[in-house]
Amino acid sequence: MSGLDKAFGVSPQVLALRTQKLNLLSANIANASTPDYKARDIDFRAAMSTALNESSQLKRTHEQHFDINGATSGAPVKYRVPSQASVDGNTVEMHREHTAFMENAVRYQASANFLDSKIRALRTAIKGE
Amino acid sequence: MIMSLFNAINISATNLEAQTIRLNTVSSNLANANSVSGSEADTYKPLEPLFAPMLNQAQMGMSNEGAGVKVTAVMESNEPANKEYMPGHPLADEEGFIYTPAVDQAQEAAHMMDASQAYKSSVEAINTTKALIMRTLTIGR
Repeated sequence: MSGLDKAFGVSPQVLALRTQKLNLLSANIANASTPDYKARDIDFRAAMSTALNESSQLKRTHEQHFDINGATSGAPVKYRVPSQASVDGNTVEMHREHTAFMENAVRYQASANFLDSKIRALRTAIKGE
Repeated sequence: MIMSLFNAINISATNLEAQTIRLNTVSSNLANANSVSGSEADTYKPLEPLFAPMLNQAQMGMSNEGAGVKVTAVMESNEPANKEYMPGHPLADEEGFIYTPAVDQAQEAAHMMDASQAYKSSVEAINTTKALIMRTLTIGR
């Protein structure tokens, strides 16, 4: 991690995970009427601690190895347990997906705001005004 | 990251297309609910779209990204046509029967409600994602 990355704190990782979660929730909403579709989501707490704990990431022993940490793989995906299973095998529950989607969007904006204020603070420090 | 947010828009857009096809089949079924014909083979068969998750060759269900939805086929229902004895009808066959499609109007209405709700949900998802993209573009301004 370079110095600038540290200055931004956890916000970049949060935005990446929120984006992945948004993708999965969009897919759940899109597949609400697909038979046998299983709703999927990420465990945000576990994903966040993995993203922050660098020792749990794979190390490259050769510079030509692929870097599989970070954006390429994303957090592991889990299946949702439905509170009321439907007959066609679909486990999407619209109310849950909608609330999760909205919550995710609001938290994404919150992280964007934090990132914004950190950038503003850095700028103030650089200019010395 | 922005690319990935665009991906979410694409996923929701696949649902708009799928639900449009579904609404089209519902309209077609309801429009033809009362078309009479003189033989079982000529009778309109109710249409039914088949939905499946849209998986890329590379991901095949193992991916950590979301999958869209696609209509794999629009199938004709094999429900037998309704047979009615109406010897006076101009289209009646030699035994005096006419045939009407096996369209269940209540079921079609339910499909229509479900499709329009699903469509609205995805439109909402697209709008929210767009707001997030615009917000991301202004980080650091």
